[in-house]
Amino acid sequence: MLFDPEVWQITLLSLEVSGLATLISLVIGLPLGTWLALGKFHGRSLLMSVVNTGMGLPPVVVGLFVALMLWRSGPFGDLKLIYTPAAIVIAQVIISFPVVTGLTAAALQALDPRLRLQLLGLGASTAQMVLMLWREARLPLLAALMAGFGAVISEVGASMMVGGNIRGQTRVLTTSIVLETGKGNFDIAIGLGVLLLTITFLVNWALTVIQQRGAKR
Amino acid sequence: MGFEMKKTTIVLLVTLFFLASCSAPSPQHADLLLVSTTSTQDSGLLDALLPAFTNRTGYNIQLVAVGSGQALKIGEQGNADVILLHSPAAEKEFVANGLGIDRRLVMHNDFVIVGPASDPAGIRGKSPVDALKQIYASHATFVSRGDESGTNVKELALWKNAGLDPAGQDWYLETGQGQGATLSIASEKNAYALTDRGTYLAYRANLELDILVEGDPFLLNVYHVITVNPEKWPKVNLEGAKAFADFITSAEGQKIIGEFGVKEYGQPLFIPDAGKTDAELGLP
Repeated sequence: MLFDPEVWQITLLSLEVSGLATLISLVIGLPLGTWLALGKFHGRSLLMSVVNTGMGLPPVVVGLFVALMLWRSGPFGDLKLIYTPAAIVIAQVIISFPVVTGLTAAALQALDPRLRLQLLGLGASTAQMVLMLWREARLPLLAALMAGFGAVISEVGASMMVGGNIRGQTRVLTTSIVLETGKGNFDIAIGLGVLLLTITFLVNWALTVIQQRGAKR
Repeated sequence: MGFEMKKTTIVLLVTLFFLASCSAPSPQHADLLLVSTTSTQDSGLLDALLPAFTNRTGYNIQLVAVGSGQALKIGEQGNADVILLHSPAAEKEFVANGLGIDRRLVMHNDFVIVGPASDPAGIRGKSPVDALKQIYASHATFVSRGDESGTNVKELALWKNAGLDPAGQDWYLETGQGQGATLSIASEKNAYALTDRGTYLAYRANLELDILVEGDPFLLNVYHVITVNPEKWPKVNLEGAKAFADFITSAEGQKIIGEFGVKEYGQPLFIPDAGKTDAELGLP
């Protein structure tokens, strides 16, 4: 199985799609979570509750929603994105950015509130203050990133629905596992499962090494 | 008054219990594990057939609907009592290997080739083999199940008959999904696909696909029921499996099959075949 080029194409696509989705989630979730944690405005706790609910979004519901949007009959049908890797990325961003946002907010709220006052008192600009807080909270922030990646590399419902599991185009590890199980090839399905876990482990290992190096400083 | 209420409640409960226990005959091993192909579930046939079976016999059916490939594997490992599927060649092998017994002809429907109304490859009204040759030559998009299901096996046999191998062509998409999802993808991609007629009719409202090729004897889709061999797997509910096979080949079961879908689609989705031989349907 490991010598099959198709397996590597599928693995690479999984990493590309979920990696890109996690990156986009970080770009959205880090500022949004910071704003939620530090901002003072009406409806903040309501918004927090919405984000926290979003952390548990069922992938298959997200898949259905994105599919309805992207189908030819849907409002964005002209973009011809349905059954492409881009469609999977969109769905996975919706799954993972609430995770990154919610955990970012929690990480920053766990910091001593006096730190912020002290930084501002020392004459830091808002941007400098936020950068310092991110630095201070880098360990839980990396954990947020890992949680976001873990949520999308392992999901199958949305990838199946908006990607279509098309061989050579949108087939990823999780959808291949469903397919091989469906064919009755349980041994290949288990092999792919082990491969998926190994890859997730390696990615998280790399992030943890970065995280713990940060802890020693 | 409180006492009266209580009394009424008790009488009611006892009556309900009594009704529940005698409304259907209760066999000894009431649970029956049926593994079936997705096409019978997607079309809704089993929703009509199974409650009638439970009413008649009292067996409680646990239905697992999977592709034919997985259905046979599940049966092979003894995790089913009775199997209903449409891969005649694989079924024969299954029985020949001593994994299944009592294989009976149940019904058939047929496969059709569907595609966009514009028909870019010009296959309308052609024979199945000629249609595939046209699709191959014009590089029109074709969506395959690619999941070793009965439909997929049929499709690959058609390609083989046409002397062509579409694997790896960039216009040949393999979804690895059920018939419904595969048809949706074909519709979105303006592509051709082979499908059983039942699933196509059930999904037609949401598809922009027309039937372009039909009526060839090679496109028959024949269903058999097989009991998993209890000599190999003693836990198999043999009585239940036999009751199920008896029921769907009985006059009552066959009537349900023959009438299913007529009201909704104006034509039956399945043609009952109990009592006929494989040869009469043109099977080897």
